[in-house]
Amino acid sequence: MSTNLRNILLFTIMGALLVAVGVIQSANVALAILNLCLISAIMTLGVNIQWGYAGLFNAGVMGFAALGGLAAVLVSFPPVPEAWAVGGSRAMLGAVTGALSIVLAILAFKMIPGGRRLRGWAAAAVALSGVVLMRFILDPAVEAIEAVEPARTGFLGGLGLPIVFSWIAGGAFAALAAWGIGKIALGLRSDYLAIATLGISEIIVYFLKNEDWLARGVKNVNGLPRPVPYEIELQKTLWVQELAAKLDFNVIELSSIIVKLSYAGLFIVVLAIVFWLSERALKSPWGRMMRAIRDNEIAASAMGKDVTWRHLQVFVLGSAVIGLAGAMLTTLDGIFTPASYQPLRFTFLIWVMVIVGGSGNNLGSILGGFAIWFFWIEAEPIGLAVIELLTSGMGEDHALRLHLIENAAHTRLATMGVVLLMVLRFSPRGLIPERGK
Amino acid sequence: MTDILNALVLLANFVLVPGLTYGSQLALGALGVTMIYAVLRFSNFGHGETMSFGAMITILTTWWLQEKGITFGVLPTALLALPVGIIATVVMCLLFDRVVYRYYRREKANPVTYLIVSVGILFILSGLVRFIIGPQDRVFADGERFIMKARAFKQMTGLDQGLAIKTTQGVTVVTAIVIVALIFWFLNRTRTGKSMRAYSDNEDLALLSGINPAKVVAITWVITGALAAIAGTLYGLDKGYKPFTYLGLVLPIFASAIVGGVGNPLGAIAGGFVVAFSELLLTFAYKRVIAYLTPGDWIPEGLVQLLSTDYKLAVSFVILVIVLLVKPTGIFSGKTL
Repeated sequence: MSTNLRNILLFTIMGALLVAVGVIQSANVALAILNLCLISAIMTLGVNIQWGYAGLFNAGVMGFAALGGLAAVLVSFPPVPEAWAVGGSRAMLGAVTGALSIVLAILAFKMIPGGRRLRGWAAAAVALSGVVLMRFILDPAVEAIEAVEPARTGFLGGLGLPIVFSWIAGGAFAALAAWGIGKIALGLRSDYLAIATLGISEIIVYFLKNEDWLARGVKNVNGLPRPVPYEIELQKTLWVQELAAKLDFNVIELSSIIVKLSYAGLFIVVLAIVFWLSERALKSPWGRMMRAIRDNEIAASAMGKDVTWRHLQVFVLGSAVIGLAGAMLTTLDGIFTPASYQPLRFTFLIWVMVIVGGSGNNLGSILGGFAIWFFWIEAEPIGLAVIELLTSGMGEDHALRLHLIENAAHTRLATMGVVLLMVLRFSPRGLIPERGK
Repeated sequence: MTDILNALVLLANFVLVPGLTYGSQLALGALGVTMIYAVLRFSNFGHGETMSFGAMITILTTWWLQEKGITFGVLPTALLALPVGIIATVVMCLLFDRVVYRYYRREKANPVTYLIVSVGILFILSGLVRFIIGPQDRVFADGERFIMKARAFKQMTGLDQGLAIKTTQGVTVVTAIVIVALIFWFLNRTRTGKSMRAYSDNEDLALLSGINPAKVVAITWVITGALAAIAGTLYGLDKGYKPFTYLGLVLPIFASAIVGGVGNPLGAIAGGFVVAFSELLLTFAYKRVIAYLTPGDWIPEGLVQLLSTDYKLAVSFVILVIVLLVKPTGIFSGKTL
């Protein structure tokens, strides 16, 4: 079977699975899964750019996705004028002080003559005094801002722009963070890089959870504006009512389907653009060079390629894509919940998608994103059905049966582990392997 | 004079005792990670879940013992159940090694592949644990709650500040000392331990000297599994068992192992305490200590806290990142097992 035919077949199966869910469960469920599949696919493309193209193990996916979510809040939420009045300028001054102290610390490290150790201490001293000064400026402002209607706002709010702009901003936030992280961490050995990025992503999420003045922390920001119409408004329009009557559909259900379809349309456009760009990059001389660096760093650097700079480049690009997907996810949810960022769901699950789909192949990443998200959601009903079947011999209220049914949802974690190990062992190149040169 | 004593007791109560306890738990966890790293040469992301698995088996056995009416007097019953947890965890580790890791050893896979494999095991174990015991909180400490109650201490010494030591804290520290002593005795005095160190130091040379690699690997998993079960149980006893906290423990544990120098058991222990004490010292509110130490009735205005307690866990991540950047080989660099 030719590769193309095989790929078409795989994607057809995926589509058929989604349609089957639409028929068996409901169209709404299928579309909800589809939307998250699309976002997962974009996130997976981002990780694939880093891992598949360049062999960088980024275990900080969660942090970049969270930064994307932050962008969604900061771009779309209307500003809170009272908060700006009581502490806005002071907070900005504090932020500028913080940024300046980082710049000064870097300058101290670079400019001061003397040994590495001395310069290190000097930089640390500059940074520490900068932090103290920043806290001195920032703390009263933070207190004042958080006191403004804490039940509803208590933060500075955002810019009040359409939320679609936040997708670009999310990419930019993540890219900026990735540049900083890459500058300091990319020199590390592969598994240390993984541990460091995992740690940094935890720090980012901690920051978002605790800095209430920025995005309300664990109190969450809900009611983010949408890029698509609201169900309630759709139900009032004439054409929806007519369509519902024509299709013999419930108006409420139909409006919800239309909303989900509009999201899906937007996401498909983004996915198509990201995919097209990634493919172009992969096939360009740049992509060939990245793969050369991945396969043999020493040979590539002997050929005059600047490995460190290229790694930084690809790390920033991949993270920007993850940030974009993170902003899209928060847009879809309409709510920013820092506490929901868990490494299992946002870092390791995305990794399963990349590996299962086929690292180094963009089409494979999309398929991996779709397939893994699909089973992540559907493992629960499937697991439940299997358990009910297996325990059907027991009595209705048998303690073991009840326990198993109650905990059926957790089968999906184990399923993901088994799938990952199986793919690694028996088909380490994934569902759609990287094309040969 | 009393003021100084009061200040010291305050620090002991809120920093020293919890630090020693948490440090011991981290040290035991980090020892497991370091063992795997020294012999099998990869970072085991699944270690936290292995700890969780061991703790779960111990809890289930504890419940069974309690049902039978067997308790351990003033000490927690879990200590009686611990051997079962250890055996189950060791068996589980050996099983995963046989079914999963052995293949990659033969393939001579690179460390990143191992790392991804350990993520797969992390998924399987976390699913298995939640499936068997459920995601809820479980408190399974029984017996006497305190070795020393704050009020008794106050009466005994006549100081204003009390010092409370929970039984679980005492048990943790004592167990950790015993286990660490055993490990060092094993590594330095026994033939098997020495062969392990030789293998970790230079694989080819060890093979040439007739050391059986399969045996070394198996022993490593036995030790790691036992350490994980003990560390997991002690952590659960002290802070309450909750499956998802164990994934969060992986990073402080890695931080401890790396701070001390990965692959170095002494470093792992030192690292555990460095991480634990930094977390506590950086987030402790020094207000009352300063009030005691300064003459007169002056009390500082704020809490005199370097970082808010919300950032407690983040401290270990920051330490991890700083060590990786400044001195990735750790404090005790250059030495392994």
